[in-house]
Amino acid sequence: MTVQPAMPKCWNVESKPHKFCPGCGHGLVLKALGQAIDELGIQDKVVFGCDIGCSLLSWDFFNVDTIQTHHGRTNPVITGMKRANSDIIGVAYMGDGGGYAIGSQHLVSAATRNERITAILVNNTQYGMTGGQMAPTTMPGQKTETSPYGRDAETTGSPTQGPEMVAAIAPEGAYVARGSVANMKQLKGYIKKALENQMAGNGFSFVEALSLCPTNWRTNARDTWKFLEEEMYKYFKVGELRVPGPREKEGQ
Amino acid sequence: MPEKPIQGEKRVFVTGNEVVAWAALAAGAEIMYGYPITPQNEIMHYWTRMIPKYGRRFLQTEDELSAGFTTVGGVLAGRRAFTATAGPGNTLMQEPISMAEAMRLPIVVVVQQRGGPSTATVIYSQQEVTLTTLGGNGEGLRVVYSTATHQELFDYTIKSFNTAWKYRFPAFVLGDGYQAKMRESLMFYDPAERGIEMVPTEAYVGRPGMPGADRPPTHMRNTYNMEEELYEVLQGYLADYAKAAPEIAEHEAFDTADADLVVISHGVVSRACKMAVKELREQGYKVGYFRPITLRPMPEKALREVARTAKQLLVVESAQGQLDRLVKEVIYGSTAEMLPLFKPGVGITSEEVVTRVKEIKG
Amino acid sequence: MGKPVKIVLAGEGGQGVQSVAEILAEAANEKGREALYIPNFGVEQRGGVSVAYLQIGDEAIGAPKFQTGDIVIALSDRAVARTRKYVGPNTVFVYDSGIENIQDELPTNTDKVYAIPAIEVSKNELHPRVFNVIIMGAVLKATGVVAMEDAKNAIEKKLGYKFEKNPELREMNFKAMDRGAELVAGLA
Repeated sequence: MTVQPAMPKCWNVESKPHKFCPGCGHGLVLKALGQAIDELGIQDKVVFGCDIGCSLLSWDFFNVDTIQTHHGRTNPVITGMKRANSDIIGVAYMGDGGGYAIGSQHLVSAATRNERITAILVNNTQYGMTGGQMAPTTMPGQKTETSPYGRDAETTGSPTQGPEMVAAIAPEGAYVARGSVANMKQLKGYIKKALENQMAGNGFSFVEALSLCPTNWRTNARDTWKFLEEEMYKYFKVGELRVPGPREKEGQ
Repeated sequence: MPEKPIQGEKRVFVTGNEVVAWAALAAGAEIMYGYPITPQNEIMHYWTRMIPKYGRRFLQTEDELSAGFTTVGGVLAGRRAFTATAGPGNTLMQEPISMAEAMRLPIVVVVQQRGGPSTATVIYSQQEVTLTTLGGNGEGLRVVYSTATHQELFDYTIKSFNTAWKYRFPAFVLGDGYQAKMRESLMFYDPAERGIEMVPTEAYVGRPGMPGADRPPTHMRNTYNMEEELYEVLQGYLADYAKAAPEIAEHEAFDTADADLVVISHGVVSRACKMAVKELREQGYKVGYFRPITLRPMPEKALREVARTAKQLLVVESAQGQLDRLVKEVIYGSTAEMLPLFKPGVGITSEEVVTRVKEIKG
Repeated sequence: MGKPVKIVLAGEGGQGVQSVAEILAEAANEKGREALYIPNFGVEQRGGVSVAYLQIGDEAIGAPKFQTGDIVIALSDRAVARTRKYVGPNTVFVYDSGIENIQDELPTNTDKVYAIPAIEVSKNELHPRVFNVIIMGAVLKATGVVAMEDAKNAIEKKLGYKFEKNPELREMNFKAMDRGAELVAGLA
């Protein structure tokens, strides 16, 4: 390889090329995160926690201390770390299954307690690593391995609106946004603000990143982007939902 | 009236997960609750594809805690309900399983063992024996069938519904990742055509009539105020279990009567041991084969007899002594020498067993 | 009679290793023989070395895995390294002659090592996608573990729906089987 692709400085070159599938969105989200970490100069402070699912493949992705946790349990592990050592910048990385299904209680608790951590959730509307089962974010009519005839919203509900939920329950000081790998500059900007929110000690910060899974969507390159930008955008709105206001001082 | 999923008998060549889905259908299982975890996912994939035709139901829950508790709910509503899991999912399931143990609820759980502890591997192990037989904060009042072939996966998945509903203890089919993913041939059949009557289910809740007037209300609890209350309840359960155990326990053995070394194994590893013992016998070694099919309750009488006559017992398992521990408990007092072939999380071939026996024999 | 034939196939994910193993297993099963097939699998959904273990015999098969294969087939450099441990003194080892830089990795404990130019032939004469079928033809000719006819029937059963849409595919697959057989006959 004579020409090195532009990689964030905090990426671990030894573990590249990475093990994610061709066309996977994780590489893009982790790039946005890497760029944010570089721009903020916090590589030596960040502790990165990954979940179980495709996110587990990021366990040696960065030159940053990383802990692979259990499915859905990344928020509490990073919470525990941050509570024990507030100097670290805790980043909890998970998928939509880990964050909204098995880990939903932990996400809710981290939000309502306003834990000073940054949770980044990659939403590709299904469980990737286990072979493409339905997830809380699977859209109505979407075929998955456990909704082979298309998700029936009548009997299984509608796609989870995660950032909306967190925005509704988190106290003042929280930062909540939803970005997309189709707009990397914006996604990086949201992640950067989320990290800055933690650094300022304001509150819980949460970014959902709309992402890709051509393997389980069974789409070619063109249809993969189409699925994200035409289908997913119908149900998941990109933008900032909570941005902390200026803090009021006690007694004033 | 939806048609029967299997009519007559037919030979098929499918994966273990597919076998479980079909067996559950054939057994008349009415609802499955589940959550994705490798290597049992395909049970859900096959189940969800087939159920519209046969009028059954499915719910994918938010996690295994919920899959277990919803299965408990399904059973309380009087349905043949089941779930399936593996590894870390099995760890989580112990909480709802404890509730089922405490309240004598006939849930059925299929476990496809993978490496442990924690996430380990998605592949295979026999490391969930302790968890499946004795998990949770109770006394292991459960029935565990350890299958070795696809035919057994089919037979015992059907049987576990009957055992659960007849004796009212949680029942498990303990498979593993190899069995889940491998393809081999077996006979699918309609249980009714083989004289297998499915034990009828009954609802604990939601029966017709006004509670307190037309019928007694169902009042079920799993909490007791005083130690003595709990003790009494458990004594009753333990007595029921002890009475049922000899009826439930199953094992498979050969060449043990004159054997000086008996190879003890369970599940898929017993296939390697069976071949090894046969080969060793042909070469003149006096070895025997013993395989508990039920790990809970262990086939105590048969195993104690083997331990009485054999001088050496070689326990072979893809775990670090989980079967060994169960065996020792049963045969306590035996003077047989206990020898291990433990390979936690790794498959065992018949060649390895032969080599080990020859090494022991010198 | 007696012990089953033990086969290991390995290659890069996407080279069709599992397909070949499944087809052989199905073919044997259709004939009423005993077959057991198991794939390897890790967490990654794509990439990595794909390994298939296959046993075909007339009696019930024992453990799904084994130490030494009777036939070992390697389709990539990583597969050659990965499958060495399954090679014994009587093992037939088949690999694609197009694999580079593996001279040092090839097994030396058996003299039945055959290089088949499957990738080259598939590219030049047929289509790169049927290169695994060429290998299958070679293996069947070399070992007779399953009859060519039965394997062709199994391919038809598995891929028939694709052949309906595009009958040329059927011809290409069957031709690939025959070519593979020719390639190995030339080595004997």
